[in-house]
Parts: sequence; C-alpha cells; structure tokens
Amino acid sequence: MALRVDIRKRLGSFSLDVAFTARDGEVTGLLGASGCGKSLTLKCVAGIERPDEGRIELDGRVLFDSAAHIDLPPQKRQVGYLFQSYALFPNMTVEQNIAAGVRDRSARAQTTARLIRALWLEGHEKKYPRQLSGGQQQRAALARILANAPRALLLDEPFSALDSYLKWQVELELMDLLDQFPGPVAFVTHSRDEVRRLCQQVCVLDQGRSQPMQPVEELFEAPRTLSACLLSGCKNISRARPLPGGRVEALDWGVELEVSVPLPERLSHVGIRAHFLRPVDGPGPNRLPCTVERVVDEMFSTVVMMTTPGGCQGFSRLRMELDKAAWAALDDPKELWVELPSDELMFLTGS
Amino acid sequence: MDWYPLFNSLRIAAISTVIIFFLGIFAAWYVGKLPRLVKGILDVVLTLPLVLPPTVVGYFLLRLLGPRRVLGMWFMEVFGLRLTMVWYAAVFASAVVAFPLMYRTARGAFEAFDKDLAHAARTLGRSNAWTFWRVTLPCCKQGILAGTVLAFARALGEYGATAMIAGYTPGRTATISTTVYQLWRTGDDAGAMTWVLVNLAISAVVLLSINMLEKKGPSRARPASREVT
Repeated sequence: MALRVDIRKRLGSFSLDVAFTARDGEVTGLLGASGCGKSLTLKCVAGIERPDEGRIELDGRVLFDSAAHIDLPPQKRQVGYLFQSYALFPNMTVEQNIAAGVRDRSARAQTTARLIRALWLEGHEKKYPRQLSGGQQQRAALARILANAPRALLLDEPFSALDSYLKWQVELELMDLLDQFPGPVAFVTHSRDEVRRLCQQVCVLDQGRSQPMQPVEELFEAPRTLSACLLSGCKNISRARPLPGGRVEALDWGVELEVSVPLPERLSHVGIRAHFLRPVDGPGPNRLPCTVERVVDEMFSTVVMMTTPGGCQGFSRLRMELDKAAWAALDDPKELWVELPSDELMFLTGS
Repeated sequence: MDWYPLFNSLRIAAISTVIIFFLGIFAAWYVGKLPRLVKGILDVVLTLPLVLPPTVVGYFLLRLLGPRRVLGMWFMEVFGLRLTMVWYAAVFASAVVAFPLMYRTARGAFEAFDKDLAHAARTLGRSNAWTFWRVTLPCCKQGILAGTVLAFARALGEYGATAMIAGYTPGRTATISTTVYQLWRTGDDAGAMTWVLVNLAISAVVLLSINMLEKKGPSRARPASREVT
C-alpha cells in the first residue's frame, strides 16, 4: 500500500511536474530549494490545491484523477497535513484543537485524552496555542492529525518554525512517532541533514520538476544530477565534457581527469566532496596546481579555499577540508598541488 | 424635553447595523474568493457609498424608492407601505451609507486570516460551514466587531441621505442629526446644544470601544518558541 502521486500544474510562469511514490512505513523526503514546489505538491495531495492533470492514489483509492474527473474534497482524503506553522486554531484550547480532529463523536473525549497522554501534552489541555512552546505546538498539531486517523502523513517543513537549539529534541520525538506510523509519510524539506536523519527514500525537486526517487544513502554517496549533488551538500562542482579515451575534462578547474567508473550518457558536470581532496607534493594523474585564497579554521577541521588553473569565474574555486594537524604540517603554503582521487569523483547530468 | 430623536436614531442605527452585519460579512467573504477582475469591479461598487456625498446616495434612493418609482409603487400596491418620508426610510439611507465600513473592515480581516487554518480544518474532515463558523469567523472576530461598531457609529450620524428620504417630521422621522440642524436653523441654540452633547457622548463611547477592541489585538497562533518540555 502506498501513496502514488503523478501530477502537473501550471501557476503563472511556474510549472509543477512531480511524480513519486511513498510506501507504507517509510518516510519519503521531498527535497528541494525554497520555491521549487514542494509545499504546492503536498497541498495538491491534501486536496487544498487542484492539479491541472495527473493522478493521486492512496492505498489503491483514487483521490484525484483528471482523466476520470475524480477530485475528492480534502475532507474525504484521509490525509494528515502538518502545516509549516502548525495551523492550530488560535481560538481553541489544546484539548479543543485535538477534539476537532476526531471524526467519531462518541469516541471524542476518549481519543482526545489518549492523544494528550501519548504526545506528552498533559497539563497543557486548557492552554491556548500561543501559550505553548514551538515543540509543544508541533505535538499538539500532530495529536490533532492522529486523532483524525489519517492513512498518510504529509509534513511540510516541520522544523522551520523552531529555534535551532530545539530542533534536535523535536526531531527525535518526531522520529519515534514516525516509526510507529504504519502508513506512508511524505516529508518536505530544504535540509539535506533532515532528509538524511529522517527519511528512507528521497525525491529531489528542481524548479518544479521531480527527479527519479532514490534511497537516501544513494543521494549522498552517488548523486546522479547536478541539483541532487548541490542539495546533498557538495561544494566542489565543475562543468565537464568527456574526452576520447574515457577521460573527462573539468572545464572550470582546468584539469583532465582519469575515470574509474562508466560515465553517464549526458555528462555535464563533475563534483567531489571537500574532504576527499588531498594535498600532494607534485604533478601526476588527476592532480592540479592551486593557489591558496583563504584558510578558515573550523571547529574540527581546516577549510582551504583555492583557485584553480581553470580561471576564477563561478564554480572555479576548490574547497578542501583537512584535519587541523594535516594542514599545520604543510607550513601554510601559498601554492600547492592537489589530487582529486578518481574513486571519489561524481559524474553528473544537468538538472 | 422630547427624547424621540434619540430613540429614533438608536432604532434606525440598530436595525441598519444588523442588516449591514450579515450583508457585509457575506459580501466580504464572497468577494474575497472571486477572480481578480470581478473582485475589483465589485469592490468599487460596494465601497462607492463611502466616498459619494450622502445627498447623491439620497438621490439614488429617491429614484429607486420614491412613491412614483417602480419599487415604491409596488410596495404601496402590495403592502400598502410608503418607503419615503417614514422613520424606516432612514434605515435604507443609513444601511447604504454605513455598509462600506463593515464590508471593508471585514474584508481586511478575512484577507489577513491565515488560510492554512481553514485548510487544516478541511483536511481534518470538517465541513466548510463548520470551518467558517468555528474557525474563520472567530479568528476574524476583532475586525468584524470593529467594523460593526464603525458601521453603527456611521449609521447613527447619518444626515444627508436621511434628510432627503425621510425628511424631518418631529415625533415621526426626526433623528438626532436632523434635529440638530432643524433646531439651529430655527434659532433654538440651547436645544441644538443639548443634542450636540448627546451625540458627542455616544460617539465618544463608540470610539472608546473601538480602541479597546484594537488593544486586545488579533488572537493569532505564534509558532516561535522559548522552551521545550
């Protein structure tokens, strides 16, 4: 059983074209920069926005099908939507908010009491949402959603309204809760760290278009597209073109690279994570001479920003992260040779 | 002293406020959901009485409800009722002139309303009617109350259109504002002063109550937080 989404919608100059499947018991991340249509996608699933065409299916039940003229109202979709700002009713107490989610009138008091206990809201029943902390508000909103016995959960940037030092705690609580939820969960975020910690599958959205779904580990270890690579946190990316003999020219870095894996068909960029760069003592394969531009001391490592022979526009800088000790041993050079190990190179297609 | 103008003014203002309350909320709610072009046109039409001179409104009302006009004749024939130069004629004048105040304030409140609250209610299986009465309206309470009070105040002070459509008949159509003018015109300065003071007192109360409503401020959920337990 799963939530299957395949929809298209135009809004002015923006166009949304998203397809993904969220399976039961899994958290599926929708990862993308702000304004890429993540929230719009969730709103279409919940029935708040109407796609121009496509199909949305939950547990084999059709929620929306443009061809068959099916468009269930939000009331009938049985989808729990956790809004970015939680959308608790400000005119109702915690208890009343949760009770508003219970469909079965006879079980209202009982269900409400059970959820107040389950989400550690005891003692806050009579408070209004504005009297709660961010974490408590989120729990109250979740309790209200669960009171409604949804078949699927949609979470819209659930941590964006929280102070950063609260996030960790709230995230752990949410993780526990999601583990117990039997149905599919779609989780919208712009944070790769949240995806890594909370999701099993991820679907990258780039300017309204979704890319094929992949397991989360794959996004971080072997991203296939430029946007996935950027979203996964890779700092070093250069335009690239294949050369005869299975080699690749990194245009922005000005270096020819040896390749140890098969290249994708429409190669456009090559990337490498900052901690895989190695300072070396002289020329060789996959090595290039760099000029040190800036050295930044971080908590546990040293970040070296370097310019490459490729010039100095756009992506042409390289960022190298080293152990503090390893950098100190180099005696603060102005120029140095750097190796890009061929095993660690990521070959990407555009978007 | 004859208190009839006070009674009549309050009666007219109260009835027109009740009418305006429902019509204004309905119009504000409905217009807010229309496509942009229609919304723009309707907005102009519904706000027009606010900027038109009351005499112009009075002129239109007379053209519509006068004894020799279609609507006026129809009412006379069917119900045997005059629609002009009677006390309730002033209700039409007050309602039309004060309507935009309610409409605009309510619309502002609806526009500032966080739509996600309504969306949340609907995803929770609640009907659109439940959502409107239990969530939208209570959240817009401050704006709607302020609009009601403003509309009441405006209806109470209506002069121009009222004078044209209801005229001034002591003990029958006289309101505070028409009485002040009539007493001053006939040289009864002391009498006029009394009614001026009455009017001042009512207006002060109205403005005070608006201020108190505004101080309470809109009740809105704030997601930011201080502590977690």
